[in-house]
Amino acid sequence: MFTTAVFFLFAGLAVASAISLVYHKNPLYSAISLVGVLISLACIYVTLAAPFIAAVQILIYAGAIMVLVVFVIMLLNLDEDRPLNRLRYLYPVGGVFGLILLAQTFFIFYAVMRAPKQTVNTGETVGKTLSIGSAMYTEYLLPVEIVGILLLMAVVGAVILARRFQQTHLELVVDNEMEKRREDDKAMI
Amino acid sequence: MEDILKMIFPIVVLFGAATVAFGVVMIIVAYTVLAERKVLGYIQGRIGPNRVGPWGMMQPFADLLKFIFKEDIVPDKSTKFVYYLAPIVAVTCALIPMVVYPFGPPILADLSFLPYNLGDGIRQIPLTIGQIDVGVLFVLGITSVGVYGIALAGWSSNNKYSLMGGLRSSAQMISYELAMGASVIGVVMLAGSLDLNGIVYAQMGSPFRWFIIPQFIGFIVFLIAAFAETNRVPFDLPEAETELVAGFHTEYSALKFALFFMAEYVNMFTVSVMIVTLFLGGWYIPGLSYIFAVGSVGYAIFSFLGFLAKIFFFLFFYIWVRGTLPRFRFDQLMNFGWKFLLPLALANVIFTIIIVYFLNR
Repeated sequence: MFTTAVFFLFAGLAVASAISLVYHKNPLYSAISLVGVLISLACIYVTLAAPFIAAVQILIYAGAIMVLVVFVIMLLNLDEDRPLNRLRYLYPVGGVFGLILLAQTFFIFYAVMRAPKQTVNTGETVGKTLSIGSAMYTEYLLPVEIVGILLLMAVVGAVILARRFQQTHLELVVDNEMEKRREDDKAMI
Repeated sequence: MEDILKMIFPIVVLFGAATVAFGVVMIIVAYTVLAERKVLGYIQGRIGPNRVGPWGMMQPFADLLKFIFKEDIVPDKSTKFVYYLAPIVAVTCALIPMVVYPFGPPILADLSFLPYNLGDGIRQIPLTIGQIDVGVLFVLGITSVGVYGIALAGWSSNNKYSLMGGLRSSAQMISYELAMGASVIGVVMLAGSLDLNGIVYAQMGSPFRWFIIPQFIGFIVFLIAAFAETNRVPFDLPEAETELVAGFHTEYSALKFALFFMAEYVNMFTVSVMIVTLFLGGWYIPGLSYIFAVGSVGYAIFSFLGFLAKIFFFLFFYIWVRGTLPRFRFDQLMNFGWKFLLPLALANVIFTIIIVYFLNR
């Protein structure tokens, strides 16, 4: 009963944050709402006996990725009231996808209700660190390696992009600075 | 009746334990502030606060009263909701890790004297509020969420100095979190556990089994990254008063400022707990088990006092460094974090992997 109450509390929080994520026009409010969604989901993972996944969700998604998103929003200082006329044709598409998602949800509910009841052993270690680690490095080794290589490529690409734009800019600043200092030295003499 | 009591009892106990732990941590934090002013005073050839009570002992409470009675000024052009949210986020994220602190060893106790069979099946009283399997990740995760407090405070104040402070802090904390996390991996591998109590148990036996010896590089990296994570001198760029007035909390006054202030000192306490637990054996004191039986109340009390003594050393170390070192420049800070600390931590991880692999063969 207690677990159910906790589930409904955090599920409600997650849904409310998700709605505010979509509705707010200010991108920063949307980002904060997304953090709320992520943290509520992490709390639900804890009640589902998956503490490792919950901790990693908070550490990586809420603590690192969303901080970067908030950082970018703060740096760019996006206008909040610009109407999205250019993307107007996407509204019906979004409606269709929403209906499909809703149908899917009801179907899952229906399937779960129809399925024979299974007793789940609460002592199982599905979400524990040990089982995740051993599964990742035995059964799912190939996907893990592929994801690792993809991430490495992304990092290298980001470094190349950043360097190409910064190189010229940095040189200019340094050159100007050196020039100024030489002139200052001359003036001193 | 009995069923309801049985269900409520653990919740009441947990609330009680959390309240006691909160009180202890708050008192320590209040006196850390006083100790900082006193020690800094002596380092700079002054006496420090000495008017309120003997040796200024009542100064923290006088400060708190002052914060409560000051006028709360909210900037006109600020984003109100976020402006109110930011200090709450900062102080909540600072206090939540308290749940997993390993304050001491479990006390063996027989609780069958309690009415309504409430004590049935309880063999020991743990001195930790919540046993979480992934305590290390939990603390790292919650402290990383604490960045929002500072970043949002800087953004919502609608002040260029605040914004600069907020941006600096988010950049700084993301950069140093990586080095911090990487320096913990070595300890986790040696202990074979992500639970803070499990890590303490792995270091028991003698001081030579403390992870500071095999993980000395990890210890140094963690210590330096901890300074950056808590925005303390020499990495206090987010609130560098000579360039940014007061950084992210320039526009905050009265109790909202007090919350940021408190969050900073609670964070100091948290990273001290982490350093002590990960690298210095936590509550384990060598030789104490010869004097008291393991599991007795005396053993627990003296272990707890030893734990506090180790923490106080690191709190003093923080203040000492603040009185000694000048502030880094921002590009120096970034270069140091990305080009020195992170490679060092990663090299330490790879080195530890090789050692552990050969030891376990």
